[in-house]
Amino acid sequence: MHMADALISPVVGGTLWVVSGGLIAFCARKVKQTLRDNLVPMMGVLGAFIFAAQMINFSIPGTGSSGHLGGGLILTVLIGPYAAFLVIASVLTVQAFFFADGGLLALGCNIFNLGFFPAFVAYPLIYRVIAKNQHGTSRAWVAALVAAVVGLQLGAFSVVLETKASGISELPFGAFVLMMLPIHLAIGVVEGLATATVISFVARARPEALPTAPASGASVSLRPVLIGLAITTVIIGGVVSWFASTHPDGLEWSMAKVSGKEELESPGAGIHESLAKVQEKTAFLPDYGFKFTEAAPETAASAEHAAAPETEPWPAVNAGTSVAGIVGGLMTLVLACLVGFVFRTRSIQSAHGQG
Amino acid sequence: MGITDWIEIGRMDELGRMDTPAHRIDARAKAIVTLAFIVVVMSFPCHEISALTPFLLYPIVLLSLGRIPLRYILRKILIAAPFALVIGILNPFIDRQPLSVIGPFVVTGGWVSFVSIMFRFILTVGAALTLVACTGMYRLGAGLEKIGVPRVFVVQLLFLYRYLFVVSNEAVTMMRSAALRSAGRSLSFRVYISMISHLLLRSMDRADRVYRAMIARGFDGEVRVLRQSAFHWPDAIFVCGCLILFLLARIWNIADGLGQLLAGGVL
Repeated sequence: MHMADALISPVVGGTLWVVSGGLIAFCARKVKQTLRDNLVPMMGVLGAFIFAAQMINFSIPGTGSSGHLGGGLILTVLIGPYAAFLVIASVLTVQAFFFADGGLLALGCNIFNLGFFPAFVAYPLIYRVIAKNQHGTSRAWVAALVAAVVGLQLGAFSVVLETKASGISELPFGAFVLMMLPIHLAIGVVEGLATATVISFVARARPEALPTAPASGASVSLRPVLIGLAITTVIIGGVVSWFASTHPDGLEWSMAKVSGKEELESPGAGIHESLAKVQEKTAFLPDYGFKFTEAAPETAASAEHAAAPETEPWPAVNAGTSVAGIVGGLMTLVLACLVGFVFRTRSIQSAHGQG
Repeated sequence: MGITDWIEIGRMDELGRMDTPAHRIDARAKAIVTLAFIVVVMSFPCHEISALTPFLLYPIVLLSLGRIPLRYILRKILIAAPFALVIGILNPFIDRQPLSVIGPFVVTGGWVSFVSIMFRFILTVGAALTLVACTGMYRLGAGLEKIGVPRVFVVQLLFLYRYLFVVSNEAVTMMRSAALRSAGRSLSFRVYISMISHLLLRSMDRADRVYRAMIARGFDGEVRVLRQSAFHWPDAIFVCGCLILFLLARIWNIADGLGQLLAGGVL
């Protein structure tokens, strides 16, 4: 489910970087506040465990394929959502760095898809509610299964949304959803079964290892969930509103193009085709996003670039500018934060010598 | 992820520890430039190919400065390719709008965007791998912390990286012993669960031992990341130079310009 850089526009990638970065900062603060020193080595070693666990595959009877543990849910059960989110983020970062498994630009998306949903949605809203900390019981089995499936489905759906909003792959939305969700339903069932079995094993073999989880997870507040969801809703809402206005149309013309290829001479199809050409030139987000991202490093040039989109013939101006506004604002924010950080670290360094 | 990948990660670590001009550039500078590189490359419209070509220069120059074997990086890119390939290959079937005709072949928009996706894939993955190969995890971690990444997260990254080799060696040993006992059959779910659970318990025990060892050495809840590098003038020049070059290549299609110049010269 790792997304690659090549399919993501800087706008989508940058936005999710901001979201995931914010979540990392938030979780880092929370973990620091727990005052459990032994969490530091525990998190590191469990991250390494997730890596190692992904090397070991088991055969799924009757299918000829094999499965392995994804690990998001089990981590959350063991060390609580905040620490688990950081571990998942670190695992994905190392995977991106060393295995080119998911790219750097897509890292924010991957952390969000694979970390946020299991840690802040599936665990607190499903697993904890159903399992009620009775590890190893049938309740916990159901809880793990449902939580794993829901977490992965949300993640997979978010992959579709992000890819679609990037506009680089031309896969129609419906087909993409139909491709992603059933596959991840199967993966989710396997993941849920494996998670439940491992947890019940640990509950029997080392019951004292599990109660540590509720201790740190008991005080899980809904704040990060709400903040994360709010931010993504705004972003995805903006993007979806844009699609809602242009996409049904876009789907139609792409259908017409595919089916009406032979009747290219007929005048109706010709008009459609040329309309489609115009639309294709204007409708894709990357063309759009570039103006802002390029404007980002060059603040001097930002004024002329920001004005540029208005000159293009845009089919749905309101929706389009809403996306542009959100995205442009966020990118400037990122830039401002970055500049601030750079200056701050420079100044702290010069003030304190070695710091 | 197989065992062979594991040997690869050790190789990457070795490469990252070298001392070359590329390795001596500050980690922060390389991280920023790499990120800018990826963003600029991905900002091109989806049918662009020629304008992307000058960007190949950056990873190649850095790799050669860092004395990193090009074949090694290429192989890693190839291993990672399937996802982009699977999604990208659908473009030619969906977008069949003809863009131009080369000889007897009609080039459709879908094919152009597919080639563009794959080329971007090589560029972005190559740049990320170049960054790691020319920096190494420890220097990169220190650099990230200085940029402002939360220390808890940087410590987590370094801890994870440190124990990656240890825990995975344990997993490899387990897999070998399971393979010796199973006469070539692949693992059943029951055996798998037992192995994973034991690996988990061992990992947690290890974390506990590590923690006690840390306490014994005076750990007070605060992990100190070793800082060595400093941001010097050459690093700033490197960053500015690269950013200006990326910007120029983004504004002007250098490859097209070169082509016109050459064609003009011939005609």
